[in-house]
Amino acid sequence: MAFDFLQDKDRIFTNIYGFQHWGLKEARARGDWDDTKKFIALGNDKIIEEVKASGLRGRGGAGFPTGLKWSFMPKEAPKDSQGNPRPSFLVINADESEPGSCKDREILRNDPHKLIEGALIAGFAMRARAAYIYIRGEYIYEAKVMEAAVKEAYDAGLLGKNAAKSGYDFDVFIHRGAGAYICGEETAMIESLEGKKGQPRLKPPFPAGAGLYGCPTTVNNVESIAVVPTIMRRGGAWFASFGREGNHGTKLFQVSGHVEKPAVFEEAMSIPFKDMIEKHCGGITGGWDNLLAVIPGGSSVPLVPAEQIMDAPMDFDGLKELGSGLGTAAVIVMDKSTDIVRAISRLSYFYKHESCGQCTPCREGTGWMWRVMEKMRDGDADIADIDTLYEVTKQVEGHTICALGDAAAWPIQGLIRHFRPEMERRIREHKGEEMMEAAE
Amino acid sequence: MADAPTIPDELETRAKWGDFAFTPANEKLAKWQIAKYPAGRQKSAVMALLDIAQRQVGAETKTQGWLPVPVIEYVAAYLDMPYMRAYEVATFYTMYNLAPVGRYHVQVCGTTPCMLRGSDDVMAACKNKGMAKGKTTPDGLFTLTEVECMGNCSNAPMVQINDDNYEDLDYDIMTRILEDLAAGKDIKVGSQVGRKTSEAEGGPTNLQAMVEENHDYRGEW
Repeated sequence: MAFDFLQDKDRIFTNIYGFQHWGLKEARARGDWDDTKKFIALGNDKIIEEVKASGLRGRGGAGFPTGLKWSFMPKEAPKDSQGNPRPSFLVINADESEPGSCKDREILRNDPHKLIEGALIAGFAMRARAAYIYIRGEYIYEAKVMEAAVKEAYDAGLLGKNAAKSGYDFDVFIHRGAGAYICGEETAMIESLEGKKGQPRLKPPFPAGAGLYGCPTTVNNVESIAVVPTIMRRGGAWFASFGREGNHGTKLFQVSGHVEKPAVFEEAMSIPFKDMIEKHCGGITGGWDNLLAVIPGGSSVPLVPAEQIMDAPMDFDGLKELGSGLGTAAVIVMDKSTDIVRAISRLSYFYKHESCGQCTPCREGTGWMWRVMEKMRDGDADIADIDTLYEVTKQVEGHTICALGDAAAWPIQGLIRHFRPEMERRIREHKGEEMMEAAE
Repeated sequence: MADAPTIPDELETRAKWGDFAFTPANEKLAKWQIAKYPAGRQKSAVMALLDIAQRQVGAETKTQGWLPVPVIEYVAAYLDMPYMRAYEVATFYTMYNLAPVGRYHVQVCGTTPCMLRGSDDVMAACKNKGMAKGKTTPDGLFTLTEVECMGNCSNAPMVQINDDNYEDLDYDIMTRILEDLAAGKDIKVGSQVGRKTSEAEGGPTNLQAMVEENHDYRGEW
């Protein structure tokens, strides 16, 4: 059965390419901020119900149901030691740093009002007092656009006291990061917002109980929040009409690497890989026979070899079945010209660079794994070292506070699982060269 | 930490930067940043204030700025927090420079998505212009850094120079950019092959109506 591609009328981010201005006037003409108070009048629970009905799963990588996450926020404000009620906060994760991911950037710079309107609706639904949008430090222009868009919204009475004439008081603040991948982890982000090093916290307590400044906090990805106004306008059932059961909605895909035309685009969930590449990226460089492997969800997920990915549906469950994941839908395509060991080794270097240094298995393990991977590149190792490397990844995985340790381990595990013969070939070749040299 | 910068001599920096203070314009910016956070949580603004301070140092030295120890002390005192807590922040995040950099901070992304599309060539273009990783050229013009994923993966390879991104590069384009910068010419920011942003090269595969006009799709719902 041919796949029903998403039609333009069903795209949420209509200005994703920035052909039109991001400003409030233009955004309103595209339908943003249209009678927002109507949704707030529905009440907190109705909004959460609608989002639950939409089947929206978090777009930051983990895929946790967004409506359910919001429902963990306290209905009655908890009291501090003096008996004063504590405020709740919404933190929006715009610390997009996962190699391959470049979708939130397009929302921030080209469709900022979708995010701000979403912040108000989501913030109200979870009874938050304010939202902090944490933008990665390198997104300098994007942060400027967001600051200007927030100012526009305040000036138009859409934020602040009686936001959008809804009777609800809500503030949105922009906080810029300064170059640390780990701050994309929710508790590290909260630490960073408090003015500290971004080192993840132990859970529990979970942020919904004690997050920013010890107050109830929900951390959501930019895309998860920015789709909410459209879900409210068109109904949860509309959003749920795309994608397979349990994987509903539209999604921003980001394709990089060896395709003819890399691009960011919004498509329906569960789109088959091959259809997606043919329609939006002009095919694989050198044709489909030239495809080697794909990292389908950002650097943290294991790679999938060509023959397995071709017909796979691009969604959470479909890629999980292949031993990988949808992650942020950042698709890194590698053709047969790729030095696959180097490609993964470069990711190991990334994790070594970005390890926050808090947990020993990750701090020491990421460096060790990278050094061994560099040896594997030239085959300067023994066959048994592949097993040792695999064992070490297993010792890092699951033994750290946050998932960075897992994220560093998985790409290597994926490589060994699918490309062990190639690694062994390099080792044998290297040994052969050594013997030749010894014989001379 | 073999590639960590050498922290400049403290006596010298103290003599030069000992009486650092925000300019009135930056003071206003700093106050605005602090006001974003609840009363008593001014420490949350430390990242923003370190950035403001680094830019001020940059403006005074006509470079991209860095954070001498007395400047970090000033920011810490400004926010009523211990110096060590501010120093921790300055050393943890990569965008704070702990040693002086040149007028142009050339940050080449070398992570896998850029690597696949030729960041080696971009790096080679820099090296052929006399630049070396982690070093500033003798004329003080360029500092070269290899950075980790900058989130422009569909426009790879890319480089961030100061506050601007240059995307869809190759060896020749990068060479031209460096020459134009050295000559003080204006360079187009963003994609270097004519893409608006991250649509497919040659024109978007969807939302074509948006190219010409601010199309409202609601009538088609």
